Formats: sequence, structure tokens, C-alpha cells
Amino acid sequence: MSAAPDHAPSASLLAEAGDPAGMPALRADLLRVATAGSVDDGKSTLIGRLLYDSKQVLADQLEQVEQASVRRHGAGAVDLSLLTDGLRAEREQGITIDVAYRYFTTGDRSFILADTPGHVQYTRNMVTGASTADLVIVLVDARQGVIEQTRRHTFIASLLGVRHVTFAVNKMDLVDWDEDVFRAIETETTRISTQLGIPDIHVIPISALQGQNVVDRGELPAWYPEDDDHPTLLRHLQTVEVSTDRNLTDLRFPVQWVIRPGAAGDTSGGRWDADDLHDYRGYAGQVAGGVLRPGDEVQVLPSGVRSRVRRIETLDGDLDVATAPQSVTVHLEDDVDVSRGDVIVGADEDAEAITFRELEADVCWMSDRALRPGARYLLKHTTTTTVAKVDAVLDRLDLHTLEREDADGLELNDIGRVRIRLKRPLVADPYLRDRATGAFILIDEGTNDTVAGGMIR
Amino acid sequence: MTIDPADARSAGLSKLRALESEAIHVMREVASELERPALLFSGGKDSIVLLRLAEKAFRPGRFPFPLVHVDTGHNFDEVVEYRDRRAAELGERLIVAKVQDTIDQGRVQDGYDPSKQGSSRNQQQTQTLLDAIEEHEFDACFGGARRDEERARAKERIFSFRDDFGGWDPKNQRPELWNLYNGRLRKGENVRVFPISNWTELDVWQYIEEERLELPSIYFAHEREVVRRNGMLYAVSPFLQPQDGETVETLSVRYRTVGDLTITGAVESTASTLQDVVTEIAATRITERGETRADDRVSEAAMEDRKAQGYF
Repeated sequence: MSAAPDHAPSASLLAEAGDPAGMPALRADLLRVATAGSVDDGKSTLIGRLLYDSKQVLADQLEQVEQASVRRHGAGAVDLSLLTDGLRAEREQGITIDVAYRYFTTGDRSFILADTPGHVQYTRNMVTGASTADLVIVLVDARQGVIEQTRRHTFIASLLGVRHVTFAVNKMDLVDWDEDVFRAIETETTRISTQLGIPDIHVIPISALQGQNVVDRGELPAWYPEDDDHPTLLRHLQTVEVSTDRNLTDLRFPVQWVIRPGAAGDTSGGRWDADDLHDYRGYAGQVAGGVLRPGDEVQVLPSGVRSRVRRIETLDGDLDVATAPQSVTVHLEDDVDVSRGDVIVGADEDAEAITFRELEADVCWMSDRALRPGARYLLKHTTTTTVAKVDAVLDRLDLHTLEREDADGLELNDIGRVRIRLKRPLVADPYLRDRATGAFILIDEGTNDTVAGGMIR
Repeated sequence: MTIDPADARSAGLSKLRALESEAIHVMREVASELERPALLFSGGKDSIVLLRLAEKAFRPGRFPFPLVHVDTGHNFDEVVEYRDRRAAELGERLIVAKVQDTIDQGRVQDGYDPSKQGSSRNQQQTQTLLDAIEEHEFDACFGGARRDEERARAKERIFSFRDDFGGWDPKNQRPELWNLYNGRLRKGENVRVFPISNWTELDVWQYIEEERLELPSIYFAHEREVVRRNGMLYAVSPFLQPQDGETVETLSVRYRTVGDLTITGAVESTASTLQDVVTEIAATRITERGETRADDRVSEAAMEDRKAQGYF
């Protein structure tokens, strides 16, 4: 290995991550990443390599993997893909059942990695993994180039509103680090991503098996020189800027839980109904968008009652400002009736424009029981659950051609557009404007299963 | 070689606040959507973090759930003392469900046999927990499990549904998208909820340091009589006596996890402050469970099997 792993914290990183308005960079050093690709692309080896070369594998885990490598392949090299080997049920069937989460830290950034199986029947897993991801790594096998699966994974990332997509072109050693091979893949992945409107894309050549350009640079050809424009995969993950991804424009505070220590029905013992808490009324929740400050004029939807923010409380003291995804307790100046499911928004907001009685959405269907028009479900959106009726299935996406086609229903792992009528109006936004207020799940009332994830258009 | 502890610490704050916000959100969702939650509190570091998160989520109101300890009877005195005192300080209700009662009622056989090395009441704990869930009609139990602990955990949801027998079916988990948790139960089902799923061991220690949380004293270096057994150090106690050929040593040790004292190993250490402990953990080369829990060493799939049977 020619270069040592770069663990040195970059002093500028945290400073850069603060947003222009001086907001706390709450997620500056936590990056949520989802990986997409199949076993054949070397995904398990890549993740194993990331963990191993960044020194995140501890002695007893390594010992387990060494023993398993010998059992499976005989004496020789350690099979890093076994580091992510999951449940016995999976090992027996040779499949990956589900999204698995891995954790590692290098320098000044920590990563939560959602490892999602890449076969076509596992669309639901990738949607699940990507739903919380800041960045998706799409694996491309250098020998095969851009294939249908690459397009599908890129499409799903864009559908889920992931703003950063990194194409890891793997197995470069098997094409002798041929620049033309890489450039062709670079051109094609860039074209697809641009078409899909993904704002930030990077294409990085690697060999996970040989440990080239993942954590350590290794020996690389002159066409991938050692400079800031040609980072290793890890270096890129460490420096990608995500703090500006959150919506700091539209204040949305869905009330999750009302804290009323003195109220009837609160089962508090003696010490919690002290006199000074008698009039206490705090609205607890997680900021879903925008910036909340004491003194802000706000309105509570759906009632439309207006008030002003008196305090933003936390156990650690009051805050001057709160942004997504902070969990806080809000106090209003006036004694208004607010309960779970209500949303506090800015006073200037056009309430009608963000109140939905009907919506169009892309949904990923996750149940064996197909969706048919006219079906009724429970729809959970922020802190509200309401009855919803799917009036129409407008189209279904052909996951091979990525063309939309007419459909009269959606089956397991289908993605399609639907029109939904709501019993109770929702305060919501288009998903691409705010992921937190644009997302919902559908629940089957009979089985209580989560049957779909949805994104409001 | 490993993460520089100083780097890890300086980077900690904002990441911890993001994880904290996520956990608070999870707790408030459960309080809102489930009828009768409970919080499993063992006096161990992970459940101590859960208690602080509950304060953050619900104060100045009372916790909308009691604390429950599933007690094998083989405890460290320091931990029991801490458990009772902490519950009293918080003014919250503590329910102690005793494995001994389950054994006395003839519902399980005591797995602990003083003459048998490595025997414990670990398996019987599951029955006692299920009994407590049934008796108090709990529909949700908060636990302090983390996904970085073990590979079966890595695949478990934050809301982990259990059937009538407490069993976990990894192939049949509900998809969990965004921060939208579906807490609806089928008849007979209950849910285990893990608000700190996304935390690592180091995150937990750093949070304890940040929040200045008090821990039971056994987490810090102290002199203790121990015996070496299968490469682990076990405390000598009325429940664990030296066997033939074993010698009792007095060593400076601390505990990295807290569980049944018949199966929880100590590590040699002189770390007497939280900062020392965090520095040691950051530099350690062995996982928490590998180093200190005999119950997970039994087989490659030990945890997976126990979870299928209703273990936490």
C-alpha cells in the first residue's frame, strides 16, 4: 500500500458544514449511506473492505471471519465479504434477507451504512435503505458496464430524493485499470443521473478485492492522479457536503406529544403536579423543516389559530433556534388547543396551499397482497394517521425500461403513481421539497402490515 | 491503529445530538401510539442512557411507562443499589420481575447449577419477561439493544414485533421507512422498541460522559476476587465459586457490560474515571459481547436462536 489511511481530521470540515445562517450543523459528522448492488458486483467485499481498512474490525470479529474463510475456501486470503455475513437463515439459503446496518467512524465523520440487497425482487429493501440516506453508493461492475440494474438503482435513489449518488466502479483490476472502460461508464452514469435530476454525482474507480482506492489509494494509474479531484471512495464520503440538504425555508413542526404535567388524565404522582407546573403546556416533537425561533409568528394547522413561539425548551435549557431533525418542546404565547397531529407552520404560510385532501404520489408496493384501485388503507404521515382510499392507479413503472406504463394495480416490489383521497386533510409538502413532510406509509387495516412507502408529488 | 480517542471525542457532540433526537422521537411515538409501554431497566449503561432519553422526551411530565427489571437473582449488589436509588430519584415506578418466582412457580427449571461451569439463568429470563408482559399487559417494551452489538441485531428493526411467544421472525419484519413507525399490533403481539439501535458502544460511552450520567461503580476499575475461566475473568460470589484447579486472584478490573454475574466477565483495567474508560473503549480491539458475555460465545448463531425464542 503506498498511502496510509487518511484519518486526519480536516479542520475545515465542521466549519464548512455550518450553514450560512449560522445554524448548528447537527448532522455535520453523521452521514447516512445506502449501498445498492448485488453480491456479484462485490458489494459485500466493498463493505468488508471499508470496515477492514478503516480499522473498524475488532479482533474477535476478524477471528470469526478468518475461521469462516478457511472453512469455506480453505487456507489462504481472508474473505472480507464474510464480515457482513448475516443470519444463519441467510447463510443456509445463500440469500440476503433484509437491510442490515453497519457503523463506522473515521476522523471527524461517522457513518451509518444501510446494506441493501440488490436483486430485482428486493426493490422494497433498497427503498427502505434509501429513505433515510444522505448518499447512495451504486456499485457498477467494470467488466459489465452500466446495466439495467445500475439504471434501476440510480432511479430509485432519485425517486427517494437522495441528492448525492456515488458510482463505485468496482473490479477495475479485472479490466487492467483500462481508462477507456472507466470513461465510458463515467459518461453513461453521468448522463443517466443528469437526466434524473440528481444534483451531486461522483464516479470513482475501485477494486474492493485488491483494496485499491477504497480506503487506501494503492497503486493507481496516472489517469487517476493523487489530488483532491480524484479522491478515494472513503475520502469522498468523508468530505461530501450534506448539511445544506435539509429544508431551512418552510417551517414545519408536527406536534407529536403534548406535555401537561398538571392535567387530568396525566397519571403523574405528587411531584409532577407542583404548582409551578400547573399551567405548563408544552408541544413536543421533531422539527421537520424550516427554522424555529422564539418570537416567531406561527399558525397551528388545521385549525389556523395564530400565536407566537414563547420558548423552545429542551432538558438542557431553552434554545434560540431549532432546525430539522431536532426534537424539542415548543411553548406558545397563547393558550390554544393543540394536539398530536397538528402542525405548527409560519404565520405567512398559505394554509390552503399545503393542506391536502387528495394527493398524487409515487408508491413502492411492499406487500404480497396487490394494490387494486378502490382499496382502503391507513395512511401515516408525520404524526397523523388517517384513512385513505386509493382512487386510481395512474401508472406503473417498468423497472427494466424505466418507462411508465398503464396499470390497474401494483404488485409486490412495483413502483407506480397513485391518486389517494384522504378522510382527514394533511399538512404536507411535495416530497422533493421536504422529505419529512412529503413521505408517508400505507398500513393494511386487516393485517396491520406496512404495505407501501409513498412520496407526495 | 484505531480511532484516535481525542478525535472521536471532539467529533462526538453533533453526531450524538442527532442520535439523541432520533431516540427521543422514537420514545414519543411509542408513548403516543401504544397503550401500555414499559422500559426495561437493568442498571446497565445502555438502559441508563434510555432513562436519560426518557427524561429528555417527557420531562417535566412523568414517564408514561413504568421501569421493569427482569432479575435473575444473581446480581452485583452495586447494580441493585443503583437501580433502586435511580428509580427513586426519578420518582418513577419500578417493577422487579424475578426469575426466582418463575422457578418457584414451576414454570421453568433453574438453568443455574452451582456445580456446572457456565450454567446460568439467562434462558429462564425470557420466560420471566414474557410473564411480566402478560401480567401487566404491556404492549411495548423499550430496550437498550444496539445494532452494532451483534449480527442478528444488525438486521433488527427499531420496532421489533414479537408473536404470542415472544419470538422474532427475521424473514417477516415490517419495512421501516423514514421516521414513520407503524406501531399497530395484531392480537397477541407486542413490540420491543430499541431507541438507540443506531448507536455504537462508543456513542453510548461518550453520551454518558457528555451528560455526566452516574454509573454503577462496577463500570470503573476496582479490586475484586476473580477466577480465570475460558479466557474470561469471573467474579467470585456466592453464585460462582472457584472449581478444582482454579485459583482466586485479586485483580484491578472493571465491567464493560452488566448482566447476570455468573456469565458476565470483567476486564483487567485501571481506568477509574469515565474519561479513562472512554479512552480504553476507543482503543479496544475486541467487541463488547465477545469480551464479556459468555452467552454469545456458545455458537455462531447464539443470539439469533435466543431472539427467535423471545429473548431481547
